[in-house]
Amino acid sequence: MDLLSHLALGFGVALTPVNLLYAFIGVLLGTLIGVLPGIGPVATIAMLLPTTYALQPVSALIMLAGIYYGAQYGGSTTAILVNMPGESSSVVTCLDGYQMARKGQAGAALAIAALGSFFAGTVATVLVAAVSTPLSALALKFGPAEYFSLMVLGLIGAVVLAHGSLVKAIAMIVTGLLLGIVGTDVNSGVARFDFGIPELSDGIGVVVVAMGLFGFAEIILNLESTEKRELIKTSIKGLWLTKEQFKAAFPAVLRGTGLGSILGVLPGGGAMLSSFASYSIEKKIAKDPSQFGKGAIQGVAGPESANNAGAQTSFIPLLTLGIPENAVMAMMVGAMTIHNIQPGPQVMTSNPGLFWGLIASMWIGNLMLVVLNLPLIGMWVKLLTVPYRMLYPAILLFCAIGVYTVNNTSFDVMQTAFFGFLGVLFAKLECEPAPLLLGFVLGPMMEENLRRALLLSRGDPFVFMQRPISAGLLIAAVLLIVVIGLPNVKRKREEAFQE
Amino acid sequence: MAAIRHPKDFWSGVLFIAIGVSTIVAGSKYTLGTAARMGPGYFPRILGILLIALGAILALRALRLQGAGIPAWKWRPTLVVLGSVVLFGAIVQLVGVAISTVVLIVAASAASHEFRPLESLIAGVLLAALAVGVFVVGLKLQLPIWPTFFGG
Repeated sequence: MDLLSHLALGFGVALTPVNLLYAFIGVLLGTLIGVLPGIGPVATIAMLLPTTYALQPVSALIMLAGIYYGAQYGGSTTAILVNMPGESSSVVTCLDGYQMARKGQAGAALAIAALGSFFAGTVATVLVAAVSTPLSALALKFGPAEYFSLMVLGLIGAVVLAHGSLVKAIAMIVTGLLLGIVGTDVNSGVARFDFGIPELSDGIGVVVVAMGLFGFAEIILNLESTEKRELIKTSIKGLWLTKEQFKAAFPAVLRGTGLGSILGVLPGGGAMLSSFASYSIEKKIAKDPSQFGKGAIQGVAGPESANNAGAQTSFIPLLTLGIPENAVMAMMVGAMTIHNIQPGPQVMTSNPGLFWGLIASMWIGNLMLVVLNLPLIGMWVKLLTVPYRMLYPAILLFCAIGVYTVNNTSFDVMQTAFFGFLGVLFAKLECEPAPLLLGFVLGPMMEENLRRALLLSRGDPFVFMQRPISAGLLIAAVLLIVVIGLPNVKRKREEAFQE
Repeated sequence: MAAIRHPKDFWSGVLFIAIGVSTIVAGSKYTLGTAARMGPGYFPRILGILLIALGAILALRALRLQGAGIPAWKWRPTLVVLGSVVLFGAIVQLVGVAISTVVLIVAASAASHEFRPLESLIAGVLLAALAVGVFVVGLKLQLPIWPTFFGG
């Protein structure tokens, strides 16, 4: 009954008025940026990090987490109503959700998206709670060699499951690792790669990197394309499902929840991968696959449940092992570091209120989203009528204030502009920025563990292969690369991402 | 000479090699140490070599693989967006949030091909009020509202 007492502790923390308020702000902001194109959860979390200095760590994390799963809800709303995915994870929802809306079933599509997400969120919350204790216990037995190998596997896994060229993605990780070790070396006190600039001796801030690569670059790229957005008016009649619709959708919700929960835990997983995988599975097992793309309710129910489940279970590796597996989790590491919490298995024991409070808040946040979003849909859709030429300067302003207030220095703003430039360059060269951010966050940890492992083994590099867990993790990483490199699998993988 | 068939891969390869080489050059002044007792130069050196190798694979492969060209870079959005943000960072301490917000909004709006000066000025004033309200009054961030010689 440990689980129950832990959850009770969590709800005790999450249900205090202050934390309820921050959960509410988080999911509200998340929905907002989910609805708005051109700004994603990574840039938003970067923007808000500085404002959380004054908060209790648990309140800060509750709010930032709410932004991530709130964005999943907001993204699906616009996908269904205007055929425009607010977030990458709701791309597949457009396919059938919008078709349902055109048939006059917008209400049903929105309802199943919200209810499916809520169901998935509930299951995922319990799962996070149940899995975390044994995983943390296991992770506490890890030595530096195991940790180093785990990070290698995590980073490799993250790029294997992402799309694009594998070599490029690994190179982006290495670049990120390098950026991560800029600043004073903790062991020798030497300021590395600071180019004589005193500000750089503290290292490069995670806000600076994330905001540049994900915030500024995105805006610039949007401005380069002259595409116009079209708004189509759909009327929403009754936010409810018929019995038949419910019957058709429920198994898809179950499958989506299961799939999303598993894929969310894998490195590189999370909301986006889960929703894509769920859509292709629903299409494969459907009695009548030709209905897909024409308004099949399973095509909405499955992916929407999956992306929410995946968004939540992707917290598991972060909370138990301290390893972020996607760009949003990398930002959560940044948030924890700002509040002097070293992410890892010890968080659960040293800071149980924070740990369980965060988990409980996810369920509360999901409940808020259902209650909040269904009645407010009209308002969110109105927001879409704001033209982009008015939207992006406002986003820039909040980004600029956010970056400036981290240290109150214009040097940070200049650095961010530099990373914005890099972000555009990377986009032109088709290099994904997410692996770089993961590498950036893990850089110092990876060096430290490599150093300790080799110190203990007196410089023998085979230590990573002699310790069984470490060897297993490294072999898994190598296998992943080999398998993905096979021509057959390579083609399949490309096809999967095409869909 | 072999032709570059995959420009995106080729130039990313060149970029990674350049980063790798400059890492090793800039890092050559840090002590390497041994594997058992790593100096500050050890890990960056490994990463630099790795990056050169990965960049070389990309660049060499690009002579064989086919790929689309690098899309044109329209400089206006890049320069205007980044320039206006840097400008904001440079003046905010001096002239305060209110004025620098208006400057940022009007300057940044010029990046769009649908730039409307009057509209962006109005938006700037409204957002300045919002920014002061939320960040300075609400969140109590340490920022001046008005120029210091205004007595604010």
